[in-house]
Amino acid sequence: MADIMSMTFDDKTTESLHSLILPPGEDFGIKSDDEELHEDDQLEFDAGFESIIVVDNLPVVLQKKFDKLEAVVRRKFSRFGVIKENGLWMPVEEDTGKTRGYCFIEYNTPQEAELAKENTNGRKLGKEHILAVKMFDEIDKLMSVPDKWDPPETKPYTPLENVHHWLADEKGRDQFVIRSGSDTEVMWNDARQLKADPVHKRPFWTESFVQWSRFGSYLATVHRQGAAVWGGASGFNRLMRYVHPQVKLIDFSPGEKYLVTCSSQEPSNPRDTRRVVLNIFDVRTGKVMKELKESADEFAFGDTCGFTGVSWPIFRWGGGNEDKYFARLGKNVISVYETETFNLIDKKSIHVENVMDFCWSPTDSIFALFVPELGGGNQLARVSLFQIPSKVELRKKILFSVSDCKMYWQSNGEYLAVKVERYTKTKTNTYTGFELFRIKERDIPIEAFELDNKNDKVISFAWEPKGDRFAVIHGDNPRPDVSFYSVKGGKVSKLTTLKQKQANALFWSPSGHFIILAGLKGFNGQFEFYNVDELQTIAITEHFMATDVEWDPTGRYVATSVTSGHEMENGFNIWSCNGWALCGGTSRTGPEPALNGKLLYRVPKDHFFQFSWRPRPPSLLSPEKEEEILKNLKKYSKNYETDDQDISVLLSEQECEKRKQLKEEWERWVNEWKRDHDEQMLRDREASDVEEAEQVEVEELVDVTDEIFPDVRIF
Amino acid sequence: MRPILMKGHERPLTFLKYNRDGDLLFSCAKDHTPTVWFADNGERLGTYRGHNGAVWCCDVSRDSTRLITGSADQSAKLWDVQSGTQLFTFNFDSPARAVDFSVGDKLCVMTTDPFMGLPSAIHVKRIAADPDDQIGESVLVLKGPQGRINRAVWGPLNRTIISAGEDAVIRIWDTETGKLLQENDKDVGHKKTITSLAKSTDASHFLTGSLDKSAKLWDSRSLTLIKTYVTERPVNAVAMSPLLNHVVLGGGQDASSVTTTDHRAGKFEAKFYDKILQEEIGGVKGHFGPINALAFNPDGKSFSSGGEDGYVRLHHFDPDYFKIPSI
Repeated sequence: MADIMSMTFDDKTTESLHSLILPPGEDFGIKSDDEELHEDDQLEFDAGFESIIVVDNLPVVLQKKFDKLEAVVRRKFSRFGVIKENGLWMPVEEDTGKTRGYCFIEYNTPQEAELAKENTNGRKLGKEHILAVKMFDEIDKLMSVPDKWDPPETKPYTPLENVHHWLADEKGRDQFVIRSGSDTEVMWNDARQLKADPVHKRPFWTESFVQWSRFGSYLATVHRQGAAVWGGASGFNRLMRYVHPQVKLIDFSPGEKYLVTCSSQEPSNPRDTRRVVLNIFDVRTGKVMKELKESADEFAFGDTCGFTGVSWPIFRWGGGNEDKYFARLGKNVISVYETETFNLIDKKSIHVENVMDFCWSPTDSIFALFVPELGGGNQLARVSLFQIPSKVELRKKILFSVSDCKMYWQSNGEYLAVKVERYTKTKTNTYTGFELFRIKERDIPIEAFELDNKNDKVISFAWEPKGDRFAVIHGDNPRPDVSFYSVKGGKVSKLTTLKQKQANALFWSPSGHFIILAGLKGFNGQFEFYNVDELQTIAITEHFMATDVEWDPTGRYVATSVTSGHEMENGFNIWSCNGWALCGGTSRTGPEPALNGKLLYRVPKDHFFQFSWRPRPPSLLSPEKEEEILKNLKKYSKNYETDDQDISVLLSEQECEKRKQLKEEWERWVNEWKRDHDEQMLRDREASDVEEAEQVEVEELVDVTDEIFPDVRIF
Repeated sequence: MRPILMKGHERPLTFLKYNRDGDLLFSCAKDHTPTVWFADNGERLGTYRGHNGAVWCCDVSRDSTRLITGSADQSAKLWDVQSGTQLFTFNFDSPARAVDFSVGDKLCVMTTDPFMGLPSAIHVKRIAADPDDQIGESVLVLKGPQGRINRAVWGPLNRTIISAGEDAVIRIWDTETGKLLQENDKDVGHKKTITSLAKSTDASHFLTGSLDKSAKLWDSRSLTLIKTYVTERPVNAVAMSPLLNHVVLGGGQDASSVTTTDHRAGKFEAKFYDKILQEEIGGVKGHFGPINALAFNPDGKSFSSGGEDGYVRLHHFDPDYFKIPSI
């Protein structure tokens, strides 16, 4: 009975299902949202052949030489892994006994097979034979290559999104991105309305962090399957995806043409080292320009950081914004690549014995490198400047009894300051000195200088962006000193020293002239806004427990934030620092100094992870034009001032209106309540009067009025 | 004016109450002895000895003759305010928490904590005019809410009892029938334990403070949400100015983590908000532990706060305070 029941039921369902299934190729205008899934998660089918390689172009030999050839092949290929028992098979022609010129090798693991393939493909065996090594799995693909070549179809041109749209904001506002909890949010900094104006918000937009490209055109997100960039005129659309499974780190090239992604795999065998996979993508086309797979040891130079055990970025980009060269540090070498071919310049790296660190000039294709002292002082420490692509050493400075060196480029590449830690004579202690390279002057003069007290520990060093001043925090006291120096006019001169400041970090305004002396972490978030032109403090403020400080790209506003390293107070504050900064030094014409260092608004967010201003591309104006604007700033700023005024008037009017309305609402509510209450009380009285009348008992009502008898004291 | 620091308790404060005339301030603390002070100069008048556990709450009758206290020693005691003698003890099987006299002082509502398997309950007792006639029987017992009931007060015209507590729900009960009349809308209500509740002078609305870092203002008849005040710390105590449209929220970092945080980070401030605009006006610092109790003098010209630090701070407002523009 049950069978029959279920059968009839089945019949019905199949019938109804048929009517439900869409005819093939017809989606009734509804796009399936599964497509993306299919693209992303292609299942890996285990064919069982992934640890087999095919070696072609072997010599063809007679039977008597078979053993010899096999031994050669076995020796050559067992270097990359363990060849399985009976894993080497070299087919022979049955009638002649000659080998066919190819063989199959099976390894224990696919990784070994891949390693063998990478290291032998295209290499020579003897004089005449160039090996062609392929994975067994690839053979199918290679076989199915059609004999006749068809020209690829030209795809219709789809215009790219305008990635600079946000720059055309009427109010000239800047954007920033924040991550808190699972949400990632892009907002306008609407300083005039004292609030953040949301642009785009998405939960789970990224799986670890987000990053703007250097000029703010793209916002990159990181996922399990790879990285993606977002942007465009109509909100934040996905512009491109870059497949790189388990990607951990990403880095844009300075000209935002290329994206470097990095992942690191735990080795299957704990004795092996980690494998690091690096991809360089073209940002716009999504094409892989270069792929590198190496063991992590190859990258473990200089400062290693983070979870992958590599120093990031591995590739450092040089030559300004043209993305022409990138370089990485190796053991005793610096490998410089060019982006035309994505190969080493002159096909070989620059050999520098024991090189420790190198650093590109931000504008020119020059880098500085540091070689430490070795062999108990027998090999001297030095700092050298190299020009690319000529690989000429432009300048060299030998240094004595050095313990450490740090290089700081000025943002225009005009100066290079090298902080040198030297041992004292007893070798028990170190002291700090500086070497200043003037890159743009003839023969690159070098000048050595020291702080007033050379035993002071240097806590922080920062160049004025595009300027010729720098600031140093130094001293061993709990409250260190801050000094400002100028390098103008051919020699280093001290401007001033501020004694005993609660500061451990320096943040120059991107347009110079202003600096924030920040006391982060241990100093509980003290900030001092300082005007370096006038050498005076503008404001001292506090954002309790602040962990991060970031200037907006124009230098008008500053964001300070407390990220989730702290349990409490998570969120960010926006401060104004406009006025003088915009006037570019013509400070006396600027607005009231009170405008500076003022808290504009604060946004508390629990589990706050990241705050990042959207960078702006460099100005398109010529220096002459900029000069002219600076001169006539008053004229230009007038328009904006009236605009600002209008807005503030409008705002206060709106605010007043709102307040009035709220007040009225409240009074209405109170009155209504009172009326109801009185009515009810009256009814109650009547009811109790009736009751009392029925009971025929007279009782005094307790008087419940709000009279106070001031003379009655209880004590 | 400089606040008056009243050092009389040895343990954290739990509750503060002014009498109707505003000349006396009653304070309860975890140290077993409720204390009465001159509300003007902070001079200590006397203590009420007899409880054997933390005292959670108190109320004083309108004519300032009777004081009722609820304590963790499983009793509520009725005292003669002037002499400090115990008039009557209401014994329970679990700690007593909130106490509140009805309008007219003929009834009193008391709450008891869940204890040893007993659920929490709200008891209504009749208060006899002559203490010799006083009996311990309850007129009404209400049960139902889960967890502690931190506050229970009389609604307008003694018709209802308003209760709130650990389950974050505000309930209105009928005093005649004992029926549950209303629960607040869960969507707009508090998300965590409600710690405090303060009625307006005319009982038309009341304010609740919660550990979810907010305080909410409710219509005491319809139980509709009128306003919400958001702060950065758990709220332990709330008070409403009888004079101006101001509300005060007190609280701070959780008492268990106070020792690990800087006093500046803990934000142990009494924060003033505009009642209508829901905007913060200012704060009064001073305590070095979370604020557990707040009370406004009925004349609206002073207020006091009691903290986890064991101090009561009595603040008389400066003339400037009354010049704060409300709109």
